Amino acid sequence: MTKKVLVVGEIRDGEFRNVSFEAVAAAKEISGGGEIVGVLLGESVSSLGNELIAYGADRVVAVESDKLASYTPDGYSQALQAVVEQESPEGIVIGHTSIGRDIAPKLAARINSGLVSDATAVETAGEEVIFTRPIYSGKAFEKKVIADGVVFATIRPNNIPALDKDESRSGDVTTLDVDIKDLRTIIKDVVKNTASGVDLSEANVIVAGGRGMKGSENFAMLDELADVLGAAVGASRGACDAEYCDYALQIGQTGKVVTPDLYIAVGISGAIQHVAGMSNSKIIVAINKDPEAEIFNIADYGIVGDLFDVIPKLTEEFKAVMVKS
Amino acid sequence: MNIYVILKRTFDTEEKIQISNGQIVEDGAEFIINPYDEYAIEEAIQLRDEHGGEVTLVTVGEEEAEKQLRTGLAMGADKAVLIDNEDVEDQDPYSTQALLAAYFEDKEYDIILGGNIAVDGGSGQVGPRLAEKLDIVHVTSIVKIDIADGKATIERDVEGDQEIVEVALPVLVTAQQGLNEPRYPSLPGIMKAKKKPLETLEVDDFDLDEDDVAGKTKTVDRYLPPEKQAGKVLEGEMDDQVKELVSLLKNEAKVI
Repeated sequence: MTKKVLVVGEIRDGEFRNVSFEAVAAAKEISGGGEIVGVLLGESVSSLGNELIAYGADRVVAVESDKLASYTPDGYSQALQAVVEQESPEGIVIGHTSIGRDIAPKLAARINSGLVSDATAVETAGEEVIFTRPIYSGKAFEKKVIADGVVFATIRPNNIPALDKDESRSGDVTTLDVDIKDLRTIIKDVVKNTASGVDLSEANVIVAGGRGMKGSENFAMLDELADVLGAAVGASRGACDAEYCDYALQIGQTGKVVTPDLYIAVGISGAIQHVAGMSNSKIIVAINKDPEAEIFNIADYGIVGDLFDVIPKLTEEFKAVMVKS
Repeated sequence: MNIYVILKRTFDTEEKIQISNGQIVEDGAEFIINPYDEYAIEEAIQLRDEHGGEVTLVTVGEEEAEKQLRTGLAMGADKAVLIDNEDVEDQDPYSTQALLAAYFEDKEYDIILGGNIAVDGGSGQVGPRLAEKLDIVHVTSIVKIDIADGKATIERDVEGDQEIVEVALPVLVTAQQGLNEPRYPSLPGIMKAKKKPLETLEVDDFDLDEDDVAGKTKTVDRYLPPEKQAGKVLEGEMDDQVKELVSLLKNEAKVI
């Protein structure tokens, strides 16, 4: 039996976040050949519908309202409930982003459904849809199925590959009128903190500093390396506790769990707490002056040396190589 | 103010995870209050000290969670409730939502605080689910909260950015790291905690059938990730090591 699956696209600064296309790929697997319906919410978003179709959606439903210009749980849940009522889907996929994490459980409670959060893989075996997700911040994994109701999941960015873009695909983009009302959250202000603009959870490359950085002023060195690589900057709990950087950068069991293609750990000892948040990265590089540091046990490549000597050299070398290629 | 904290007993974050027959091995493991829930308890105590009222801790778990409740009472909470879920089939976030919603049905509350996620299951579902069922607004991942005139002004962490929102009470909030620095229980606190009220409730104490609390998801397997093998530690002059590393990342690992 095929399933009709809704995919909630996420738009930031007028563009799709990549996880939206990954969500379409996950929905394809869940659908077993059924229809994929993209859902877009915002003030004026229907013009982006065709891009979601190019990535594999069959058609798109947009809910447009000035009350959806910014995310609020009330606005989004009213809009999504209306789409669910119109479409009666058998599956729903949302990215496990700040918005996805906030809205998916609320919607699941509203439609009385189960929810698998933060899935890193999805497969089908006959009628059953099986999700893989990390538990204990990646120290272990579990496989989960939805026992009852809509197959509803949020997927972790950067894990399920998006389908190839096919501009020749076409489909309907329709709008659904929803009377969004009684928003209980008033957004007063948004203060942008991310210096490099690359989000940790979606970054392909992460440069992370630990206690070995010795001070907040030295994080500038990591920013420079990150700039060359188009990377996001992260940190260990030790570095955050020592106030070298903001807690928003923390990677670990408390903090963010990340799975980039390349993780460069600088002056990080490799406490189990930190390793839980990054050990599933594809390639790990460790730079530490202590040859006995735990981080070398999980690193693919290691340099034993003074980071204040190594990092500037590494930045220059990357610069030279990146320019050539 | 009537202040409630929902919390969970979890594995200590320093513990290694072992699995036997698809189950997490708990023998000999240290358990703690979920670290994010500790921020919630600390904030609840501070709010009570500022505005008056009472802090009630509520957990859904097995009877062993009494120890974590006592720790929270020793930090300064006033009373605690343990909702025993031992008999719940396929316990999942939906089940916890159902039990908590039944518990809160006849309660009066100004604010309910919880952790942003639990460090074991990591779903982060229970807070928003519960708020939906109670028909109150939720604000997740908060790093600052001020309450005045029946309103809460809240700073939340949105993937590194700070969003400042205002909501009317009652509200359910979930705590992100950076909200505060949780206190350690003092010795007098620990002594006092022993005499503070701790109530235990069972599924039967609520107007709920087995089906109302059974999970809607099922875990079919648990396993450890393949062990990461220690890789190559480079040698030689530092300039050469750096060149070799970049070359390996480009040509062998193909990640840049």
